[in-house]
Amino acid sequence: MEPIIQVKNLSFAYPDGQQALRDVSLTVAPGEKVALVGPNGAGKSTLMLHLNGILHPTSGAVRVIGLDVRDGNLPRVRGAVGLVFQDPDDQLFSPRVFDDVAFGPIYQGLRPAEVRERVSAALEAVHMGHMVERVSHHLSTGEKKRIAMATVLAMEPAILVLDEPTAGLDPRARRGLIHLLRELPQAMLIASHDLRMVQELLPRTVVMDNGVIVADGATPEILSDAALLEAHGLEVY
Amino acid sequence: MHISFLDPYQPRPSLIHRLDARVKLVLALAFILATALAPAGAWPIYVLLFALVLAVEILSELGVGHVLRRAALALPFALAALPVLFTVPGPALLTVPIGPWDLTITGPGLERFVSILLKSWISVQMAIVLAASTPFPELLMAMRAIRIPRLLVAVFGLMWRYLFVLADEALRLLRARSARSGLLGQPAARGSRAAGETGRSAGKVGGSIAWRARVTGGMAGSLFLRSFERADRIYAAMAARGYDGEVRAFPLPPISPVAWGVLVGGVSLLGMLTLFGYVFWG
Amino acid sequence: MLYAPKPMHIPDGFLSVPVAVALWLIAIAVIAVALKRASKDLGERQVPLMGVLAACIFAGQMLNFAVAGGTSGHLLGAALAAILLGPWAAVLVLTTVVGVQALIFQDGGLLALGANIFNMAVVGVFVASFAYRTVQRLVGRSRWGVPISGFAAGWLSVFIASLAAALELALSGTSPANVAVPAMGGIHALIGIGEGLITAGALAVIAAARPDLLRQGQAQAAIGGRAVWVGGLVIALGLAVASPLASAHPDGLEWVAGQHGFLDAAQGPIFKIIPDYLLPGVSNQALATIMAGVIGALIVAAVALAVAYTRRSRGSEAG
Repeated sequence: MEPIIQVKNLSFAYPDGQQALRDVSLTVAPGEKVALVGPNGAGKSTLMLHLNGILHPTSGAVRVIGLDVRDGNLPRVRGAVGLVFQDPDDQLFSPRVFDDVAFGPIYQGLRPAEVRERVSAALEAVHMGHMVERVSHHLSTGEKKRIAMATVLAMEPAILVLDEPTAGLDPRARRGLIHLLRELPQAMLIASHDLRMVQELLPRTVVMDNGVIVADGATPEILSDAALLEAHGLEVY
Repeated sequence: MHISFLDPYQPRPSLIHRLDARVKLVLALAFILATALAPAGAWPIYVLLFALVLAVEILSELGVGHVLRRAALALPFALAALPVLFTVPGPALLTVPIGPWDLTITGPGLERFVSILLKSWISVQMAIVLAASTPFPELLMAMRAIRIPRLLVAVFGLMWRYLFVLADEALRLLRARSARSGLLGQPAARGSRAAGETGRSAGKVGGSIAWRARVTGGMAGSLFLRSFERADRIYAAMAARGYDGEVRAFPLPPISPVAWGVLVGGVSLLGMLTLFGYVFWG
Repeated sequence: MLYAPKPMHIPDGFLSVPVAVALWLIAIAVIAVALKRASKDLGERQVPLMGVLAACIFAGQMLNFAVAGGTSGHLLGAALAAILLGPWAAVLVLTTVVGVQALIFQDGGLLALGANIFNMAVVGVFVASFAYRTVQRLVGRSRWGVPISGFAAGWLSVFIASLAAALELALSGTSPANVAVPAMGGIHALIGIGEGLITAGALAVIAAARPDLLRQGQAQAAIGGRAVWVGGLVIALGLAVASPLASAHPDGLEWVAGQHGFLDAAQGPIFKIIPDYLLPGVSNQALATIMAGVIGALIVAAVALAVAYTRRSRGSEAG
């Protein structure tokens, strides 16, 4: 089967010259759940922004569900890659929850009836169906993170790409989110410092540091390699 | 800390709350227009208009006292109209010596002044009821319905959504400033009150206004910088969900026959009041 | 502290209907142009950028500080928006700020909203654009160039906008020009200092941290900027000249307004159906008022009873 994500020799430098990614290659198969770990500034977020075409490579190629990530394909690519950002306040930009979750389907060109169905289904999947009429700023961080996920689930993506999903959550909300992630069937690429969650949830781990992938393998092996962890500023606590 | 008290909306199970926001907006505007059109001195019209808005306040279960108290906040502007008492020509009522001048209050002047006050007071009550009985997302829908361009409505929506987020950030900056000003040893800041919060204690110390202005300007600058960055992140989130620059929105639901009835009835009533006013007092 | 009434936001009841309507028409026309031009200037980012900056200005208005005399200075923001986003986007940003202030917080009326938008989002923005570019041309090279131009833009935008408001009040017959102009102008000459200082301070921070933002804003202003610069100059000059003239001849302005029907002043009823006196010593005006009072009281009482009844039955259902 065709990989969902295929990154080949991707390099990227910011306009001010800062080299953020050096020759990165990564493949994610359908249904795979992959962790992306590394210190701050390693390039994890930069890599994620290439997956839906928000950033363009300086050199190298990115393919998503078999499509080259370039202008003509962006609508389909963005429908396939459900990117959830770190700060849910950035992701929930509409007046009501319904408007936010409906945003993706509306821009996918669906009819109003279909949009409604997608919204209900997505909110049900994150157990937030009762919040549909609410106003975003009244919600707790945990609730906002779930709604943020619903906003991309409504687009029926092939892969969920999450940036620090458990950051800022109290233990109960964190536990709830981990349950939720376990339930969802989509492929996942999750950038996180929460290595205990990685151990629980994600069978494969990719370690990044300084714009380069330094390790890519089964989670138990990677996370028990103390030298590797220490070399790249990682700790399981 | 949360600035939700900035939001005037108060949920109630009232008829006014349940009324379609589009009808409410149009009726509120029509009411304010009718009030503005009432000729100066047409007291019966003002009485009826006041009765109408009072009835609406009661119907909305918001509490008449609450609305009237909020309405009082708008009154200081009335000072701007005070001179009208003395400058409108007409039969003199009363002469008030103020300093070296003798100011004469005229009949028509008093009439016009009181009319302005009444118009203002009555209008603002209707605006308060509108804001307190209608959640903002519904007001956005009402704006679309009266043909305000979708782009502008989208900007309104985003502004309101991030108002609270940014107000929180601004408050944090303010608190950080008060915490800091006590430590800086500036002459203005000595003492328990932060220099920036009240001008009374610090006002005359040399340079402190400029210092405070620079600090405030610096905070404003930080707020703006953070806003630009947040706007970039929001745009990325929008693009990630397929945003292509064109503002698209869910189609508006149809207006129910009852709501139409209320709209037509309300506008007719106001129209009749206005006509009455013009015919007999215009 | 968090929410203080604003001296430039005109409430309903203070502007005559013709003045209010005329300014609405002008405001709508400018907004229509701004919608098209902002799209071209800012592209796809325009909605989030304008929305967040509008929220920022609103939140920034909470960053007040006391200026001499105890009046709180606060941020109008027209200058900052114009300098950072270019004039047309700034028009839209300020329109939403002023609009939300009126709709949600009753800072300024709804019928008067057109005038308030004109004063703050049009006059404020255009004058600020004009002032910034002019002063920049004079002092741009020095390292103080940006803050000084910012100060000028901030101060002038507030001051000239207040003159516009004063003239509108005078045209409506609400406040004679020889009082309104000096009062509004005086207060806002002071408040303008605060605006100027905050604008300068904010620009200094932004110029240091993100000079690219400043350059971007100026690039936007440059496109089609000639028209805006001329517009700002004309508005500023026009108001600056008209105001003292109006002040000196308050009756003149009111006479002009009267001639063109701007005033609400009673022109005389169409029908004199009710003769002035029916009963000796009691005017019919008084009678009509009393009757209106009775009718009004009946309406209110009926509504109050209905609501009380509904509440009781709601209560007994719930209980």
